[in-house]
Amino acid sequence: MVKVTIDNIQVEVEEGTTILQAARKIGGSVVPPAMCYYSSLAGSGGKCRTCLVKVAHSSARDPRPMPKLVASCCTPVQEGMVVLNQTSHEVVEARKAIVEFLLINHPLDCPVCDQAGECDLQDLSFGYGLEETRYEEDRREFPEIDIGPFIKLHMNRCILCYRCVYLCEQLTEKREHGVLYRGDTSEISTFIRQSIDNEFSGNVIDVCPVGALTDRTFRFKSRVWFLKPMDVHRECPACSGKAVAWMFGEEIQRITGRKDRYGEVEEFICNECRFEKKSRADWVFEGPRKIKRQSVISANHYEKMKKPSIINPIEGTIEQSDNSET
Amino acid sequence: MGKPVLLEHIRIPGIRQFGVYRSHGGYRPVEKALLEMSPTEVGQEVTRSGLRGRGGAGFPTGLKWSFLNRKSDKPRYLVCNADESEPGTFKDRYLMEHLPHRLVEGLIVSSYALGVNTCYIYIRGEFKYLVRILEHAIREAKENGFLGERILGTDFSLEIHLHPGAGAYICGEETALLESLEGKRGNPRIKPPYPAYKGLYDCPTVVNNVETLAAVGPIINMGGEAYAGLGKGKSTGTKLISACGHINRPGVYEIEMGLPVEEFIFSDEYCNGIRSGRHLKAVIPGGSSVPVLPADLILRTAKNEKRLLTYESLEEGGFDSGSMLGSGGFIVYDETACMVRNTLNLTRFYRHESCGQCSPCREGTGWMEKVLWRIEHGEGRWKDIDLLVNIARHIEGNTICPFGDAAAWPVASAIRHFREEFEYHVEYPDEVRVITHGNLVRETRFTGGHPVSGIRFR
Ligand SMILES: Cc1cc2nc3c(=O)[nH]c(=O)nc-3n(C[C@H](O)[C@H](O)[C@H](O)COP(=O)(O)O)c2cc1C
Ligand code: SF4
Ligand code: SF4
Ligand code: FES
Repeated sequence: MVKVTIDNIQVEVEEGTTILQAARKIGGSVVPPAMCYYSSLAGSGGKCRTCLVKVAHSSARDPRPMPKLVASCCTPVQEGMVVLNQTSHEVVEARKAIVEFLLINHPLDCPVCDQAGECDLQDLSFGYGLEETRYEEDRREFPEIDIGPFIKLHMNRCILCYRCVYLCEQLTEKREHGVLYRGDTSEISTFIRQSIDNEFSGNVIDVCPVGALTDRTFRFKSRVWFLKPMDVHRECPACSGKAVAWMFGEEIQRITGRKDRYGEVEEFICNECRFEKKSRADWVFEGPRKIKRQSVISANHYEKMKKPSIINPIEGTIEQSDNSET
Repeated sequence: MGKPVLLEHIRIPGIRQFGVYRSHGGYRPVEKALLEMSPTEVGQEVTRSGLRGRGGAGFPTGLKWSFLNRKSDKPRYLVCNADESEPGTFKDRYLMEHLPHRLVEGLIVSSYALGVNTCYIYIRGEFKYLVRILEHAIREAKENGFLGERILGTDFSLEIHLHPGAGAYICGEETALLESLEGKRGNPRIKPPYPAYKGLYDCPTVVNNVETLAAVGPIINMGGEAYAGLGKGKSTGTKLISACGHINRPGVYEIEMGLPVEEFIFSDEYCNGIRSGRHLKAVIPGGSSVPVLPADLILRTAKNEKRLLTYESLEEGGFDSGSMLGSGGFIVYDETACMVRNTLNLTRFYRHESCGQCSPCREGTGWMEKVLWRIEHGEGRWKDIDLLVNIARHIEGNTICPFGDAAAWPVASAIRHFREEFEYHVEYPDEVRVITHGNLVRETRFTGGHPVSGIRFR
């Protein structure tokens, strides 16, 4: 076990844990946002750079700071490491910059996007976005693609986090889905436009942090904040059958996996459960699901956020301002 | 300079052929290393020589070799980085074209030192003609018993494989290169783990530049100490500089480290001054990724010392008034060059070559290009200049691989040193439109012949 300090809070974690996981152990505002890391997908992380943090002391043995900000999702902790997240101006500034980069080519079409209300990019922009855009050029555009009968790809909204690629590589048998081209013309694609017709392919919708991959069976049906999430389960020969049914009155409008407070699915579900079981009789209802995230779906409004405390960047200490809620 | 080290026999006719190369002392280092020295001794000799990586970062080669994980029971690999695609850098191409056996010889000695039995040359896709030359050289070496099983009767065996890339600059970054070599998309890996522990196929791997590995032969020949006697301070030995731009004699020159930049540009032994009697305006001394410096700062440092062609001297002054030796791509501009246009050109390259993995580089390079395009075409606004500086700062240091820095530095340094020019573009858009759309007289073709190889251009 090693001891690390993140934003002045000490925590003990196992050796080899990443800074992000250590911060999640503490919880609250010390947790850096993660747009590409997904704990159940090997190799994910490191790409979006929203989880950058400052390492003020590398370890007890080597107290020097790390020269650059590091991606907390793929940097392991060391004994005596001191990490600054919310308490460093540098980190907050870099994160604002990353959000700006992610948004310059984003279509900002939340009003017509099915992900709106449960979108990680919306949350991130709410936390770190600028009030106005400095980007005046044309945005990059791609046509929408139907990937098979159930999934829609809006490449315009994609942030190239590669989660869906890792999912297809690791959860399904054939490698059907990948990235074409490079740089700012990169595209998520099914290789040679062939549709993903694998039993577990629907999970790409759940891992996608934005509205790039959405459920065609739920397209334009409703807004997520009008729906009531219910924990449900069924006997399924292919998967655990544990899911969330999103109800509009008595009607099941869509089925998703059960996501934790960091938006990660607890157990992946199969396509049959997700797309084809939309009748109440298919499911056993367990009760309402509490969504523990900041998005509007939590309760029709943003959950109350703790204001970051006053920062002393050199010492890395927090002067406990009144942590009154806003 | 004195006797060339790397390019010693370059002018000898037929030196590409094994027989000719051998009769001029070729493959002596292989015999010496394999028959008279232990692998550790070869490694020590390289450490003693103070050789530093010629691929750009200047990391001490002996130290890099010592990091190789020798405890693992997996195979070890040596990968030669011949993906040279940096604008302004064309030294590896020249070396491989004219002295292919110098590289093969270096690879054999280095593999012996590292305990490697399989070695890959990852060569830039556009270098199709070099593939033939190198394959020929490898075949010849094999036919003459310098490659294959039990080389020279020792129990050391080695195979060298050639692997052409598909034409992506980013595959020159060592971990992207390894991904590409494994047959995957050339995305740089997240480090750590470093290749010395988990490289090619998750096995311990050393990646070195062509010029670095080619220098190993001469080092064994002359001894590490003698090699370290060349050069200045921690920049030992000789370096190939590929000079291009508005100079009278562009080409590849082997210089002894420590040569003053002024002498390099103006001496008739090297670049022979600026073309058409014009004046020196600026220099990018180490390939497009390093900061550009204006004439006064490239000839003398801010402390008014002579600027020398060494790692240390070029870095003198940090980012405010210094640059880097990088890969030795020496790009010279005279006063007719437009720094805005030039920066746009470089930024277009970086936008096109970004792998697109991480958000700051993927989005930032495209944004910078668009803003620069507007300024260059007379559509710039005053705030655009600060915006560019700001974007560059936000990319720098926040990316997975050093490509992000390489894309940010040219923009940041051009604005730092030539801000007036950007402001001029914003202030006089009509004039800028005329100039950039046509009437710049171009006289970049030089008469005579290729300065080093003697190849004639028409
Ligand atoms: C974007 C990028 C491109 C690179 N391109 C090359 C290249 O074309 N050739 C090369 O030898 N090194 C290149 N490098 C440097 C390599 O990553 C690596 O440092 C080098 O091959 C190590 O060899 P050395 O120690 O002999 O210099 C590049 C690095 C980056 C970040
Ligand atoms: S489609 Fe979604 S999950 Fe896939 S890379 Fe884009 S944003 Fe990530
Ligand atoms: S910095 Fe650029 S080239 Fe390097 S990994 Fe990131 S996107 Fe790719
Ligand atoms: S979550 Fe760490 S870089 Fe994306």
